[in-house]
Amino acid sequence: MTPMSLAVVETGSANLASVLAAFQRMGVAAAPTRDAEDVRNADGVVLPGVGAFGDVMQRLSTRGLVDALTERFAAGRPILAVCLGLQVLATASEESPGAAGLGLISGSVRRYPASSTVPQLGWNRVEPGSRNGFVRGGHAFFANSYYLDSVDDGWTAAWATHDVPFVAAIERGPQLACQFHPELSGPWGASLLERWYASC
Amino acid sequence: MGRVAPRAVVCVVLTRRVIPCLDTRDGRVVKGVRFKGLRDAGSPVELADRYQADGADELMILDVSATTEGRAHALATIRDVRRILAIPLTVGGGVRSAADAGALLEAGADKVAVNTAAFRSPELIGILARQFGQQCVVLSVDAAARERSWEVVVRAGTEATTRDAVEWASEGESRGAGEVLLTSVDRDGTQAGYDLALVAAVSERVRVPVVASGGARSGADLLAAIRAGADAVLAASIFHDGITSVAELKATLIEAGIEVRP
Repeated sequence: MTPMSLAVVETGSANLASVLAAFQRMGVAAAPTRDAEDVRNADGVVLPGVGAFGDVMQRLSTRGLVDALTERFAAGRPILAVCLGLQVLATASEESPGAAGLGLISGSVRRYPASSTVPQLGWNRVEPGSRNGFVRGGHAFFANSYYLDSVDDGWTAAWATHDVPFVAAIERGPQLACQFHPELSGPWGASLLERWYASC
Repeated sequence: MGRVAPRAVVCVVLTRRVIPCLDTRDGRVVKGVRFKGLRDAGSPVELADRYQADGADELMILDVSATTEGRAHALATIRDVRRILAIPLTVGGGVRSAADAGALLEAGADKVAVNTAAFRSPELIGILARQFGQQCVVLSVDAAARERSWEVVVRAGTEATTRDAVEWASEGESRGAGEVLLTSVDRDGTQAGYDLALVAAVSERVRVPVVASGGARSGADLLAAIRAGADAVLAASIFHDGITSVAELKATLIEAGIEVRP
C-alpha cells in the first residue's frame, strides 16, 4: 500500500514551515510543491497563503496551478485552504482591485471597517454551523485584514466576529477552507487538521 | 447562489494575548535587567514547550547574539522550537534585510520583528510588508522615558536617538508594520510594572495591535496594560523564574472580565 501523499502548494507563503511542522507533529510527511501534477494527483492538497491576494494569484497562475486547483475543487477531492488560500477561492478582493481570484465561490472579500483594529491579529472565537463536519467551536488564531462576507449554497460555514461577522471557515465534503491558521491554533487546530487529514 | 446569514456570535472582541518572550544568545535563553547583566535562563525548546502547555497565545524569540556564530545558533533554535510549537512565533534580533527576514520565516517564524535597522532605514518596513504581508511585520520600539515624552533607543538600548517613540510607532504603522512591540527600556526586567502612560500614548495613536513589554510582575500589571490599551502583553523574567505562569495570569484576567483564550 502506498502511503497517503499530502502536497503543500508553495504560494510564496511566508509560513510554509509552520504548516509542514503541524503535519509533521501528526506523523505526516507533507511535501511542498509547485507542480500542477502533484496538485492533481496527491491524496490531499494544502493551499496556504500569506501575503497579498494579487501576488498569490499571480504566482498560482505563473506556475500553471489555477486549472489544477479548479479541477480539484470541482471534483470534490480533499483540499485544505488556509487564510489567503480561502480568500483566493472568491472572484475578487478589495485588497487587489482588478486581480481575478479562482472564482469558485461568489462572496466578496472585503477590508475590515476603518474603526477596527487591522490587521486582526490574535485568537478569536469560532462558532460552527449545525452541519459542520470538521470545524468545532473554539478559539482559532487569525492574522488577516480582509474577510469573506458570505457563503454559497452547498458549503457549510463557521462564523466569527471582528466588529463585523465574517466567515471563519467553509467546508463541503473533504474540502475545507479556513480564514484562521489551524497550524497555529494549538490543540484545537491540531485536532481540526487531524479530522481533515482523515478524510483524504 | 445562496447566502447564509451570520448566526448570532457570542464573542465580539478579539481575545487579549499573553506572550512569553525568550531572549536568546548562542542558542540559550538569557535574561537581564534593562537589557544588561544577561544570565542563563534555560533551553529555548524546553521553555517554549512549557509556556505553550501553560496556555501561551504566542511566543516571541528575540536573539541578542552579537556574532555570526550566534546568529547561526538562532536559526537552529527557531527550527527546533518550530517543531514543537503549535502557536504563532515572532522572531526578532538583528534583522537588517528582506533576506534576513526570509531566512527566519523559512526556519519557522510566523512574524518578524525589526528594530534598529528599520529605524536607520525605515523603508525596510515597507519592503518586508510588501514581500511577506503586513501581518508578518512587527515593529519593535524600545522607548525610554523623558520628561514629557519617550525617546526611541536602538542597538539593544545602548543608543539614544532623540526621536519621539509615539511618532516613530505611528510612522512604522503607516509604512506597513502590522503590529507594534512596545518595550519600556526603563522597566525591562525590573518587575516594576509596565509603563502604562507609554502604552496608552501609543495605543491611542496607532490602529495596529500594540504589545506591551517591559516590567511585568503580576496579573494586575497585565490587566493595567490591557486597560491602558494594549492588545497583548509580553513578559519574560516572571515566567523564566517561575514567579508566575501563563495559566495563573490568564486566570486573573478572566476574573477581571477580560476575554482571553481559555
